[in-house]
Amino acid sequence: MEQDWIWGLVGGLMIGSAGALYLLVNGRVMGASGILGGLVDRTGWSTAAERLAFILGLIAIPPLIVPLYEVVDTHITGNMAVIVAAGLLVGIGTRLANGCTSGHGVCGISRLSLRGLVATVFYLLGGGLALVLFRHVLGVV
Amino acid sequence: MQRAIFSFLSGALFGVGLLVSGMVDTTKVQGWLDVFGDWDPTLAFVMGGAIIPMAVAWRIAKRRETAILGTPIPFKSELRVDRDLVLGSLLFGAGWGLAGLCPGPALASLGFGGAGGLVFLLAMMAGMFATPAIRTRIERLAETT
Repeated sequence: MEQDWIWGLVGGLMIGSAGALYLLVNGRVMGASGILGGLVDRTGWSTAAERLAFILGLIAIPPLIVPLYEVVDTHITGNMAVIVAAGLLVGIGTRLANGCTSGHGVCGISRLSLRGLVATVFYLLGGGLALVLFRHVLGVV
Repeated sequence: MQRAIFSFLSGALFGVGLLVSGMVDTTKVQGWLDVFGDWDPTLAFVMGGAIIPMAVAWRIAKRRETAILGTPIPFKSELRVDRDLVLGSLLFGAGWGLAGLCPGPALASLGFGGAGGLVFLLAMMAGMFATPAIRTRIERLAETT
């Protein structure tokens, strides 16, 4: 759709504003994989309440505005093997790299962090290569 | 309590932004990553839009020692660009391309993403749980080679 980029920009501004709020009020870098990962591997249990509150807002509020749209479909593949493999890769990869699209991408690049920039280049590369291989060569996704 | 309230608000705004921008739709993410398919530039606008307020926030943060609730402003990571950053990002990217979901949208779409979304989230958390052990293995492997 032609106006998709406008909504992309509007949503992007909201995402960045959320990160700005988290940084300036709470003094934390808004990274989804770090906030969740610290709870999963127990390294962030000293700040568990803050992390849980963030995740609660992230899970509970978007469904409330879903009715404003005619359809919201994540179009996720029905192939459970692909879903499990992809989930494992995302979980392991983001924890090894210490960040994902929000932490390295949004928060890192905006402060001109070399690590954020390098991570972004490599996860875009990884995503592009995965689609070349598994979509265009093997036809799995 | 204040920390939790503002944390909740940040998470809520983040999630609504992910929904409004279309980033909970896996086909839009895969459409951006798949340069040989029907290429979709939306993600670039989302990233660009998100970086603008965040860059302003970092400028404001630079002039302060602490955030409003008293926590020190986080320093730029002292970690260097290393093997784990590159390897981890490649693995993450591969998973992101395969399913079209990254951690933020996986959480934001949990309420309406069906069984597939839930399975993805659980697999992702399992991967996170296993990572400290995997990291040790990689280190041992690197030492012996």
